[in-house]
Amino acid sequence: MDTFLQQIVNGLTAGSVYAVVALGYTMVYGIIQLINFAHGEVVMIGAMVAFTVINALAGGGLPPLAVVLIGALSAIPVCILVGYSMERLAYRPLRRAPRLAPLITAIGVSIILQHLAMLVWSRNILAFPQIIQNTTFTFFGATISSVQIAIIGICVAMMAGLALLVYRTPLGTAMRATAQNPQVAGLMGIDVNRVIAATFVIGAGLGAVAGVLFGTYYGIAQYTMGSVLGLKAFSAAVLGGIGNIPGAMLGGLLLGLVEALGAGYIGDLSDLCSYGWIAGLMTERCADGGHFILFGSNYQDVFAFVVLILVLVFRPQGLLGERVGDRA
Amino acid sequence: MSAHGSPRPKAPLRVWIGTILIGLALLAAPFAFAYAGTAWVRIANFAVLYVMLALGLNIVVGFAGLLDLGYIAFYAVGAYVYALLASPQFGLHLPFWVILPIGAAVAALFGVILGAPTLKLRGDYLAIVTLGFGEIIRIFLNNLSRPVNITNGPQGITGIDPFSIGTFSFAKYETFLGLQFSGPIKYYYLLLALTLLVIVVNIRLQNSRIGRAWEAIREDETAARSMGIDTTHFKLLAFAMGASFGGLAGGMFSAIQSFISPESFVLVESIMVVSMVVLGGMGNIWGVIVGALLLSFVPEILRWTVTPVQEALFGRMLIEPEVIRMLLFGLALVLIMLFRPAGLLPSAVRKRELAASGEAPLVDARL
Repeated sequence: MDTFLQQIVNGLTAGSVYAVVALGYTMVYGIIQLINFAHGEVVMIGAMVAFTVINALAGGGLPPLAVVLIGALSAIPVCILVGYSMERLAYRPLRRAPRLAPLITAIGVSIILQHLAMLVWSRNILAFPQIIQNTTFTFFGATISSVQIAIIGICVAMMAGLALLVYRTPLGTAMRATAQNPQVAGLMGIDVNRVIAATFVIGAGLGAVAGVLFGTYYGIAQYTMGSVLGLKAFSAAVLGGIGNIPGAMLGGLLLGLVEALGAGYIGDLSDLCSYGWIAGLMTERCADGGHFILFGSNYQDVFAFVVLILVLVFRPQGLLGERVGDRA
Repeated sequence: MSAHGSPRPKAPLRVWIGTILIGLALLAAPFAFAYAGTAWVRIANFAVLYVMLALGLNIVVGFAGLLDLGYIAFYAVGAYVYALLASPQFGLHLPFWVILPIGAAVAALFGVILGAPTLKLRGDYLAIVTLGFGEIIRIFLNNLSRPVNITNGPQGITGIDPFSIGTFSFAKYETFLGLQFSGPIKYYYLLLALTLLVIVVNIRLQNSRIGRAWEAIREDETAARSMGIDTTHFKLLAFAMGASFGGLAGGMFSAIQSFISPESFVLVESIMVVSMVVLGGMGNIWGVIVGALLLSFVPEILRWTVTPVQEALFGRMLIEPEVIRMLLFGLALVLIMLFRPAGLLPSAVRKRELAASGEAPLVDARL
């Protein structure tokens, strides 16, 4: 029970970060049907910028929370700039091109951003300065830290804010209209280019905060962190139904839970010694409480991909998505 | 479609002369490279290996139009099959002409395993799933050292046997007809022969019934199905054939390197091979070859020029050549897509497609 509850807490923390990153993928996909491969790198740049700022300010007498806040606030404009220029320079000219073209450009952009970041911040794994006093609370045998509570809280707040923006403001209405039919939206007086740019900007802003949270939570940042994080967030977006905003939130949380519980239990589940008849065959290895663990928690990263493949095979529209007809 | 139906015009004399000249140049090339240093012979070998890989991927991406971002997984499978069956890892030392077909077959099997569940998916979804598949293979290679040591984990497998027939080994130095054949030069000829074989197979495939079915699926799958093409069968075939070439190249890689580890099969390698296909011109065999050669040699030339130039200009090395290579590579992907979306040497069909972009089915006309 302890492990179970603990993994749920950890899963929700990671999952809420995935959810916020997934929003960036899903909003862009919803509007222009592009998998913005480089979104993970935007998140990485957010984490890196925050790292530099926090590192510079740490020990400068400012209260720790203010330092982290300044770090996040400086990461947001940088990421927004990256997101906007990416859309303007690499994707906008390709709106009418075959669908694979922008996907390949996105891969190119991702490689460029990754290596620029490497030039600026080096190859090394950077350790985030641990300036926040991390108090932990225990309930029912599981512990939750103040950082975890803050991460979950901030992510939920951002998701709520985004939902308000999309469903209650004129810009949100314009975004939804553009997603449904860009041509007609244009005829109704919506500046489609501006709406698409706004989508990239909002996604990048959310990504920046997610990057800061991720860096603070795991305490490290590296120029390669964006690709795996991005892939997981993309899987989350697909799980929830790509293009669907509540879906990305649900998908992110679920993926975080699946990953945490999977990593927590796969070792026990794949321990051949815990299955009577197999253990009988391998008495040497299993004697005296020995283990024969096929898959340990080092397979954690596999779960996201397995979830992705399973969803695409059995429910390609995702949990909350609508079934759409084949579009060639 | 009609382009393939009409009989081919007879090749004029200058085509023959050109072919012979290129052939001679290819035969003489390793000695020219050896003159510049053995390192360059190795670089040439890897370039030829990449040509083979790119041609294999071209079947999947160029012919059948299925974007596969995890292609390096099949290369990895071929490489590990060879390494496990011809190294001290399990004490097995089977001859290469037994293992290479096994590696190709196992890779083809993996191609089917990947293809079967993903057949329903299209375009960008397929790209992501194949990417995930490639990562899964790599994670397994990294971790299959416990509880039973199969792949030796991140340390990789060392001491892999070179190719040999009887007492003739591809790794040894030999003098023949007054010419000095080093190991890499011998491998070069073997690679060249195999690559020519792969090229012939590719050309024959493209103009065959199978090739036309792939083309139809690529252009419009729904239409292809309604014309009676068994799309499931042909897509699986594309995956399997592409994968088997990857597996073959992997086995060669293993033997030439004599050491492999999961490090060699990372995502960026998959992207590299995809870029070769895209840069050269998807679906055009000669374009793909040019793309593969360009992306293999240009980075090496950079590596040899960037450092001295920087040292002359700034007195020290500011940016590592590897980083410049990756930056240029990313930039090339973006620029090619922006300015020459069909690649440097586009295939005839793609050209037609882009000319009539208003009605081409691949174009999303919603914006």
